[in-house]
Amino acid sequence: MTDTASATEAPKKTTLTVTIDGTPIEANPGELLIAAAERTGTYIPRFCWHPRMSEVGMCRMCLVEVSGPRGMSLQPACMQPVADGMVVDTKSSTVKKAQDGVLEFLLVNHPLDCPVCDKGGECPLQDQTLTFGPGESRFVEEKRHNEKPIAISDLVLLDRERCILCDRCTRFSKEVAGDPLIHFINRGNQTEVNTFPDDPFASYFSGNVVQICPVGALTASPYRFAARPWDLDQVESTCTSCAVGCRVVVQSSGDEITRLQGVDSDPVNWGWLCDKGRFDFESVSSSSRLSAPVVRAARGAADEKVSWSVANNRIASALRSYDPSQIGFIGGARLTNEDQYAYVRLAKQVLRTDNVDAQLGDGLAADAWLGFPRATIDDLGSAGAIVLLGPDLKEELPVLFLRLRDAATAKRVPVVEFATGPTGSTPYATASVRYRPGEVAVAAKAVVAAAGGNPAERQIGGAESDVINAAGAVLAKAMAAGRKIVVVLGRGSMAEQSASFVEAALSLRDASSGTVVLSAMRRANLHGALDMGMAPGLLPGRVTQAEGAAWYAAHWGTTPTSVGLDTMGMLAAAAAGAIKVLVLLGADPLADCPDHALAEAALAKVDFLVAIDTLPNASNAHADVILPAAGFAEKSGTTTNLEGRVTALSSKVSAAGTARPDWMIASELALILGVDFGYELVGDITADIAAVVPTHAGVTPDALGRSANADGIVVPVVAVVPESMPDAPADGAEASDEPVVPQVALPRPIRVRSTEGVVPVPDSYSLRLITSRVLYDLGSIVQASPSLAKLARPATVRLHSGEIERHAMHPGDLVRVVSQHGELTLPMEADDQLPRGVAFIAWNTAASGANMLINDAELAADGTTKVRLESGRNA
Amino acid sequence: MARFSPANLERAKELLSHYPRPKSATIPMCHLAQEQDGYLTEDAMGHIAELVGCSNAEVYGTATFYEMFKFHPVGTYVVGVCTNIACLLVGGEELLDHASDSLGIRPGATTADGLFTLEEMECLAACTEAPCLQVNYRYENKVTDEGFDRLVADLRAGKRNDIPRHGTLGAVRQSIPADRRAGVKAI
Amino acid sequence: MPAPTKMISTRWDQADGHTLDGYLRTGGYEALRKALAMAPEAVVDEVKAANLAGRGGAGFPCGTKWGFLPKDVFPRYLVVNGDESEPGTYKDRILLERDPHQLIEGVLIASWAIKAEQAFIYIRGEMPHAHERMAAALNEAYAAGYIGKNICGTDWSIDVVLHWGAGAYIVGEETALIESLEGNRGMPRLKPPFFPASKGLYMQPTVVNNVETLANLPWIITNGAAAFTSFGNEKNTGTRLFAVSGHVKNPGVFEVEFGTTTFRELFYDFCGGIRDDRRVKAFIPGGGSAPWFFEEDLDTPLDAGVVGGKGSMLGSGAIVVMDETTDMVKAAWRIVKFFAKESCGKCSPCREGTNWMEKIYRRILDGEGRPEDVNLLLDVADNISPGLTWPPRQTTICPLGPSAAAGALVSSIRRFPAEYEHYIVHGRPVDGLSTGVYRPSLTSAS
Repeated sequence: MTDTASATEAPKKTTLTVTIDGTPIEANPGELLIAAAERTGTYIPRFCWHPRMSEVGMCRMCLVEVSGPRGMSLQPACMQPVADGMVVDTKSSTVKKAQDGVLEFLLVNHPLDCPVCDKGGECPLQDQTLTFGPGESRFVEEKRHNEKPIAISDLVLLDRERCILCDRCTRFSKEVAGDPLIHFINRGNQTEVNTFPDDPFASYFSGNVVQICPVGALTASPYRFAARPWDLDQVESTCTSCAVGCRVVVQSSGDEITRLQGVDSDPVNWGWLCDKGRFDFESVSSSSRLSAPVVRAARGAADEKVSWSVANNRIASALRSYDPSQIGFIGGARLTNEDQYAYVRLAKQVLRTDNVDAQLGDGLAADAWLGFPRATIDDLGSAGAIVLLGPDLKEELPVLFLRLRDAATAKRVPVVEFATGPTGSTPYATASVRYRPGEVAVAAKAVVAAAGGNPAERQIGGAESDVINAAGAVLAKAMAAGRKIVVVLGRGSMAEQSASFVEAALSLRDASSGTVVLSAMRRANLHGALDMGMAPGLLPGRVTQAEGAAWYAAHWGTTPTSVGLDTMGMLAAAAAGAIKVLVLLGADPLADCPDHALAEAALAKVDFLVAIDTLPNASNAHADVILPAAGFAEKSGTTTNLEGRVTALSSKVSAAGTARPDWMIASELALILGVDFGYELVGDITADIAAVVPTHAGVTPDALGRSANADGIVVPVVAVVPESMPDAPADGAEASDEPVVPQVALPRPIRVRSTEGVVPVPDSYSLRLITSRVLYDLGSIVQASPSLAKLARPATVRLHSGEIERHAMHPGDLVRVVSQHGELTLPMEADDQLPRGVAFIAWNTAASGANMLINDAELAADGTTKVRLESGRNA
Repeated sequence: MARFSPANLERAKELLSHYPRPKSATIPMCHLAQEQDGYLTEDAMGHIAELVGCSNAEVYGTATFYEMFKFHPVGTYVVGVCTNIACLLVGGEELLDHASDSLGIRPGATTADGLFTLEEMECLAACTEAPCLQVNYRYENKVTDEGFDRLVADLRAGKRNDIPRHGTLGAVRQSIPADRRAGVKAI
Repeated sequence: MPAPTKMISTRWDQADGHTLDGYLRTGGYEALRKALAMAPEAVVDEVKAANLAGRGGAGFPCGTKWGFLPKDVFPRYLVVNGDESEPGTYKDRILLERDPHQLIEGVLIASWAIKAEQAFIYIRGEMPHAHERMAAALNEAYAAGYIGKNICGTDWSIDVVLHWGAGAYIVGEETALIESLEGNRGMPRLKPPFFPASKGLYMQPTVVNNVETLANLPWIITNGAAAFTSFGNEKNTGTRLFAVSGHVKNPGVFEVEFGTTTFRELFYDFCGGIRDDRRVKAFIPGGGSAPWFFEEDLDTPLDAGVVGGKGSMLGSGAIVVMDETTDMVKAAWRIVKFFAKESCGKCSPCREGTNWMEKIYRRILDGEGRPEDVNLLLDVADNISPGLTWPPRQTTICPLGPSAAAGALVSSIRRFPAEYEHYIVHGRPVDGLSTGVYRPSLTSAS
């Protein structure tokens, strides 16, 4: 900078200079010394510091000499913000002595049982000791003794003797998870980590404490003694348990997965995983895996194992014998983008049927996901307000809940929640708008009105006026400041009409141009499925059939000519005999469709039922042909998270039996039907998608493999799809090699249709049903993972105690929950956090589940599901 | 094992009203619970967690840091003998030995009749009165062996009405009259 | 012979000195009225001019401490540190039990001066009598309009809340005290960034003052800074309370002019000399943390700077005298044992190191010492407090562990290596040395 420049206006200095071990480095204001040093190549040893948690300066391992007004002094680098001109010595004899001393202190009471410790081989304490530590201990006294590992939860064991009291697990439980169920207890040398007596560390995030423990004090029961770190082989991949898309490393020993560890992906999971994602790899090696093609001579006939060619030909001949309108594909939301693209080509190009739906009637209309301006997870932290309009994030998208919690607590972003009862997010909400089931749009419009200066003066949609007005004030403030409003949108309950959630979101969008939507749909690759066109009326790239017809005609030759049916439509058509062949792509309509009777009738009625899946379920038990599919960690490809972030999946172990990746199955069926996709490797499809699908231009295997794209690529790569083929994608992706450029205009992006739900008719006699998912349910993956299966709670019907009393019954009594369409008998559970007038049954927690009570037609007509209680069997 | 009685719940609520943040009332409430039950029960800690708005484990973590809180029943009289430096120099250790012999229990233990728990204490701020001890934190100064035996006999005989049973807070509590209250602002 | 100088102990012998009546009869709350007629800044200036040093241990000037509060950041709090627990210390408890209104008046003056939102009096848990006296005094003062709404008829209002500790020495450290007052484990916070003046109670600006410090304020406001500084010497103004215990004939708590009286005068003139007229072998000049002084230090004045210059501290005014028959190894062990027991457990060096040192001591005392143990003790201590200097450097957040390392342990090893060697070689103390068996006759509780 010249004198002249500084005389006029000195640009504010944005970096500081710190000298570490004689070398000047640039550091950012506010950066901690330990982080700045590591970033520039100087590793300062530490145990307690963790970059995603507050610093506590407890272990004292990171003591280094730092210059100050009174000369050099020992300071913990983890609590020392950098300052301009600071001089740091990390290697002086004073530092070395202090660090050696700390290490010796930590080893005073630490057992030397490394050979039998799970952490042995990947233990920071062991590594530090070998690298820096003294040769032998001068401590000749007896070490502290504790009872050997105690179970602090169903999944985590604690060996207190090994604990070095770094506060990582306890800080995680309070700061990150918000489940402060483990704590330091006692004092001084007697300090230990423990739970309150008989109050276990029952957190959905408990496995993270095992991963961040710097010693072997915390171990996960699914991994204990399973492998030694040096035997493990690993690849980086993406968790496909839900749609957050947490980055993971998948570790295996031999040909078996032994462990998943979170990877710190800055825009996504920050290194955290939920326990379901961490431990449901057990299902991969489950003995119940489908491992060979099976045909059944007739419904209920015995399984007959056949070769792939026999099974494929049987399917192909069935598909050939029906009109396209008589064929339907249901499911596919858990597959890879490549699998989905291949199936869409099979259905829409080869068979020319548009009866394709990745959702199971338990989501929202596809245009809702594709037509709103989309938000990223990071937007939560910078938003002016967050609106939760859908499911309980803690139950359905746990790591998204962690990011929401961070936004609400650390970043103080106000949260408005729309809910029918308490959720995991309620404690962090500025206003929790408690609407009556079915009336979310009514309540949302009232909040929008309040934000616009028309406060509510009475209860609206079941929500109290003061809460509506408080929520309105939050939105008004965000709008006035020109800040983004992030609407986290999903289906709050399967017993409520889906349209009202979209209607609510539309009213928020119309209220502010700063509204963006973050999807809260749970299935791992639903967003990829919709991007690939797995919905009626859609083609790949977020375009409608009408808009995309020309484009895809140019690429594929043929496309459907009329809009097909969604899943509930297909089931109704099948039940009515109009659809004759159903192909279930990893789908279980009997468990997941919100109308059990309809699904049952449909599956019973179709001429031919094909199921392609990894595990047996209630629906594929009816199939005429079952094909075993390769699952998580058995195949490569890409997946798309709820932001639209495309990341790479890696295969690590061999597929079960002869199971094949779905893309290969789809390609083989297409070939038998006369169309050769030309796919030999999965990467061929990834490249094809990048070349053909407008939103995915540039998302090539090569681009995904670049370190700059380690966190994936958010599609669409260009914010607005131009009228001509993009050839220079922005943001980290580069142009794919020689894209095929058809001479037609690019389709325009989809727009969300406005929608009007119905407002349910008040009925003081009945209760309105609420049913939404819990993390551990009867889903096939949880049930095939022994560590998780035991965590699923038996189904109950939860009611306000006043409702139980009104029916002259008691908590624990069995009660018949009766709707016009079915009934269930369940034990009652009192929950006074619920309002009166509703009944909550967790989705898919009983063999006969809440969907027995729901009727799709009634939902559409009345907007909600009404039930009444009748005294049950005598328990 | 008990939650707060209605009367103590009112006291607990008054304690809450003294602080800008409810969690600050944790330790005073633990004292109140210990006064009620003689020790800090799990039910009481659960009740305190509800009142101050934190988890059971957080109350437990706080309470176990402090030596005055007991997590299982102790004697009606907790006898704490100081052996820290000022008392050590004038017979504190010998007094503790004598107390141990006389009561027939080691420090940390409780007599079979449930009347006495013996503890070794750190400095009690009565150094000029050494050797000293406390019975339920009430001082006895310059204690001799004979004096100790007389004290125990008096306690057994119910002659020391000035010493309430273990856990009892001061006989006088702070109580801020509503019309004199400046008003604590939550933060 | 110097006589006691009574400034803050005037009501100790007054039977009703702890009551409002007794307090008002002897001029109580006049200073408060006077302070309320002054601007808060003027009160701060007066206290600064009085050069009132903190009486809790560190000796930091009270007015300067108040001056660290960031301008215009509110709310701010006053917290009274009444968690007196330093071995040998016995002064705050007497002030609380015998003259609670004097402290309350000091609290109010300080709160007015620093514009506090609320004040908390944190009293050590094991002092129920002090608690009762303070509770009664607060109730009286509220009823009489000295605390609460519209104090003394002005439009100033403040609540003063009595808070109980529950048994943890470390809570005497000011940041640990704040943690405890927030309902947490009393574990110290790192300074920086958590200086109470900027990030204290509830992360708001906070002043933590010792009981004795605040008890001086009524006198200073009533009589003025100039009168106050006429007592003591230039850097040590006013009076101080010293508790003298151990091997003196008449142990006691004495208020004396600060900075002028010598240890010899305290021991021989105030306390009647050493028991059985023996010689002084060692004495602790300022609480269990402090490095020891010896016979040659007797003529040192009770002047913080002079004592500090000789490598120790006046600390909390806790003086413990050990005569020539004292077993130095065992005496040092007892102090190390105290710190091992009272370590909060936060920092590894203190949590593990103090306990390790205590275990080594116990082996030596049990006759199982090894020749290398003395050097091992010194090296372990050095890893807690590099250099073993005073004031101690620390590898820890607070000075608890370093006090265990650089205080009694180092003093006794450096001065009496032969006593350690004797234990290690013979498994017992040098003949004639012991630590106890001196039993004064029983007197009833005061």
